[in-house]
This record gives sequence, C-alpha cells and structure tokens, in this order.
Amino acid sequence: MRREHRLSITAKVSLSVLVLVVIACTGTMTGPAGPEWWRVPLALLERIPGFGESGLGISSGVTEREWSIIWDIRMPRVVLAGIVGATLSLGGASYQGVFRNPLVDPYLLGAAAGGGLGATLVITTVGSDRLEWPVDPVPLVAFVFALGTVALTYLVGASFGGMRTSSTLVLAGVAMVSLTTAIQTFILQRNSDVVREVYNWILGRLATASWGDVVLVLPYVALSTTVLLFHRRHLDVLRVGDEEAAALGIPVARVRLTVVVAATLGTAAVVAVSGLIGFVGLVVPHMVRLMAGSTYRVVIPLAVTVGGAFLILADIPGRTLSSPAEVPIGVVTAFIGAPFFIILLRTRQVSR
Amino acid sequence: MSSVEFRHVAVKYGRRTVIHDFSMAVASGSWVGLIGPNGAGKSSLLRAVAGLVKYSGDIVVDGSSLSLRSRSRRASLVAYVPQEPILPDEMTGREYVMLGRTPHIGYFGHPTKSDRAMVDDVIGRLGLDDIAARHLGVLSGGERQRLVIARALATEAPILLLDEPTSALDIGHQQQAFELVERLRREHGLTVISAMHDLTLAGMYSDRLALLHEGTVVADGSVEDVLSAETLAEFYGVRVTVHREDDGTVVVVPRREQL
Repeated sequence: MRREHRLSITAKVSLSVLVLVVIACTGTMTGPAGPEWWRVPLALLERIPGFGESGLGISSGVTEREWSIIWDIRMPRVVLAGIVGATLSLGGASYQGVFRNPLVDPYLLGAAAGGGLGATLVITTVGSDRLEWPVDPVPLVAFVFALGTVALTYLVGASFGGMRTSSTLVLAGVAMVSLTTAIQTFILQRNSDVVREVYNWILGRLATASWGDVVLVLPYVALSTTVLLFHRRHLDVLRVGDEEAAALGIPVARVRLTVVVAATLGTAAVVAVSGLIGFVGLVVPHMVRLMAGSTYRVVIPLAVTVGGAFLILADIPGRTLSSPAEVPIGVVTAFIGAPFFIILLRTRQVSR
Repeated sequence: MSSVEFRHVAVKYGRRTVIHDFSMAVASGSWVGLIGPNGAGKSSLLRAVAGLVKYSGDIVVDGSSLSLRSRSRRASLVAYVPQEPILPDEMTGREYVMLGRTPHIGYFGHPTKSDRAMVDDVIGRLGLDDIAARHLGVLSGGERQRLVIARALATEAPILLLDEPTSALDIGHQQQAFELVERLRREHGLTVISAMHDLTLAGMYSDRLALLHEGTVVADGSVEDVLSAETLAEFYGVRVTVHREDDGTVVVVPRREQL
C-alpha cells in the first residue's frame, strides 16, 4: 500500500511556486559576464520604487551595462524558459488526460511537425532577407502551420471514428506527423544549404529570447493555461473512460475538443518561439504524478510550476557549460531529466 | 422513488437492430432483472437508459421523457454501473467515490463541503473507511465492486442500472454485492434494473424478470413464471432443472447432455 500524501493541494501548489521562484532567481543570478551573483537581487530591489536610494537606501553597485545584461538578456530568457516549460508540460499532462495514454506528449497531433514545416518553408523561400523585415516571419508561420496541422489531424481523425474514440485521433496524428515530416525532408533535401539553419531551429533554443518573444506568446499561453486549469476536474472524470464519464453527465466530446484546442494553442505558440524542446511535455507530468499524486486537481497546476522550474533549471548549464557556445536546450532537458526520472521511478516503486 | 417506463424503445448499431420495440413499466422501488443469452440486448437496453446509445421511442422517468433532460440532470437520475468499470490504479477510493458527485457539480464548479460530507457518509455507511484511503490498483475484486456501488450511491440517483455487475466475482462476493444493493434499495427506495447472467441469483433478488431474446422480450413476469425449464430450454438452448426450495427460492441447475 502506498502512503497517503499528507500535504493538501494548496500546500503542494504553494511549495512548487516557491521552488519556481527560487529557481527563477538562481537563473537570473547565473550566466557568463554580468555582475557578481549576489548583486543581482539587490539590483532588482533597488529599482522598485521606495527601495532604492530615495527610500530604503538599497544600493547594488551594478553598472548600467551590467543591468542591461540582467534585464535585457537574462531575465527575458528565464521568463521565456519558464513559460515554455510550463506550457509544454501542461500541454503534455492535458493530452495524457484526454487520450488516457501516459506515453503521449503535446507534439502528438502534429504541433511540432507542423511548426517545423512552417519554419522550413520560410527559411528556404525567404532566406536571410527576412532579417531585414520589420517582424521575423518564422515564428508566425510556424505558429500557423502548427495549428493548421493539428486541425487537419482532428478533421481526419473525426471523419473516421467520430469523436467517440480517441485512438482514431492518435492514429490520425501519427499519419499527419509522417506526412508533414516527409514534406519537410523533401524540401530540405532540395535546399541543402539551409539544413544547418533549420536544424538549429528544430533543436530548440532560448538563446535569442527577448521581451518581444515573451509578449508574443503570452496571450496564447495565458488563454491556454486558464482554460486547462478550469478543466482539471473533467480530466479526473475522464480517467474512468469516455463511457462512464458520459454516464456521469460529462459532455465528453466537447471537453476533449476544448482541452485539445487549448493545449494545442499554447504548444503551437511556444514551438513558434523556441523550436522543439523534447522531454518536458512527456516526462514532467509524470514527475509531478510520482511526487504529488495522480489527481488532475494537483497534476494540472503543478505541471505549470514544475514544468517552468524544470526548463529554467535545464537552461542554466545550457548557457554556462561551454560558454560562449550553447548546448541545445533539448539535449540538456534529456540529460538532466532522464536520470532524475529513473531515480524517481525506482524510489517510488520501492516505497509502494 | 422513481418509476421507469419504456415506450417502444428500439436501438440500432448501424443497420443492425439490437432492441426491437421494447415496452415495459418498471414500478418505483422495484428490482427488475433482465436475463437472456449473450447478445440478447440486455446491455444495450441499459445503455439506452444511461443515454450512452441513441434510441427511438421513449424512456419516461416519473412522467417525463429522459431525452428532454439535460445531460447532468439525466446523470443525477440514473446511476450506471457498467459490466467492466474502469478503475484507475493510481486513484484513491475516496477520489473514485467522489466522481459520483459529478452530476451535481456545475461545469466550472468543484466539490463543495456538502459533496465531501455526502461522500464521507456513503463511505461510512458501506464500511469502506479502510479502502477509501487506498489506491484502486491494490484492491481486491470484492473491494472494487463495493467502491463501484458506493460511487453509484454517491450520485443520489433514484434509479440504479447494473450491467452484470458481479460477473468477475466469486460466489460469496457476488452475494455480498447483491445483498448490499438490496439493502440500499430498501433504505433509499431505489429502483434497480439489472442485467444478470446467473439465473438463480437473478431469481433471488428480482421482483420481476424479463427474458430477452434477440432484442425482444419473450417472457416477462414473476420469477416463478419466467424461470421454467421449458422457457430456458427454448431461449438459452440448454437443458436445466428448475428446483423450488421451501423458502420460495428458485434454483436453476444445468444438466449434462448425456447421463
């Protein structure tokens, strides 16, 4: 018999928020160049009205150039990592819930493959000219293609089995991902000069993060997160299967569509700005389940905080280890995540 | 207390009709057993009442049609226990029973203090306190079955649909489960409609039996009338002996082909 989780849901969520804040601060305090780490929180406090020289008299001794490293380079990167990690793990947890399948990740229905194809198309057709455009078209086109691919998957899946069975949707996803990837491979094979650039995009990156990226994804991510948080109870009811959930009065097809649309919207937005970052969407929800219990009332909020914290943490070695070069974030997530996950699985099985 | 009336109910899967023109009035607070060979349409009939399959005709509860009710209103009138309920391994007993409150919780709502009190009450009355804190994956068949019944009871639905609820249990646990349902029927005035494959148990607990064959009612009435060796031989294609015990229990015993 497994021991009961003693902490209340509120306590678990509060604890995870605290961990997220600590990790976010750590992320802001570390990195190549910049001031000594302990000056960073002082520099932040100093800029809050009432704490600086005219108020409490906090003085960090951080130069303008160093502040610019904190505010323009590190902070948007930490915030974006948090948003991307939170969105991917929330999307993964939600997909796993509506498909009642623990091996599902938020890229299942083609959000990643579609985004990749969109980015490939822009990079091959517009090329480096796009750098002179007022707005970089890559994220926008990637976003539209990601949404479009998932919409097509849904239409294909629904035309076979209605929305009664989720397995037709999963199979349609497999088909659409292969098709999209095949088109992308074909285009790349004809334009081998851009392979490296596209490959870099696919690997996922937070290096170029700016406040602009944050503002770009924020509305979609906020909408997606709100909708999914409101559906956590429905995800618990769906655990007993479509049929019993329907007999309990849940509009199963509508709930599934709403959750899939919301999770896809968030996933497509973060794919557009950060490329394909693997592992987070699949494994963080399981880490949450192993640590805090399996009810979606706790999995959904904790997927947000733990997912955010996890990616911020994973990004720290990514940008400091081989500085000034970068280790791709997707590589780091797997390197940190896989062993941690194995340890967690083993210890939980022993205590079962 | 709620009565159920079937008026010319027919169920089709694609072109195949599995229930033909089924009409029957189930009195409030009674227990009707649906019997019949596999594929006779017992499950389909129950699924129609639960709103899980489309049907033509009408199913009327307390004088008004079920199809006019909202999904959650319907779920709060009719509790459905499927043949093979899905019990997620990682869910606790209490969380599972709490799912029974779903029809009473608004779309964006969450369980309130009174929902939790209701669940505690059900768990207490069914003696499930030990089981409630444990994960479903580690429970025995009998414990799982009691939780499924507890979940149905937590819906506070006056009508209970059981689809061969004890087919996975041994004889002792089968009887325990039926005794529990019988007790709850008396205490709460539940109307029970159950599909059953064990004819002796069906006879012991039902007030009335309906024998279905290929989607049609071929015998309907008291246990003594329906459970006759001739009827069973005709529709199940078996040779049986029907004994009547002194206490009124009807026992159906299969007989070997050659003796």
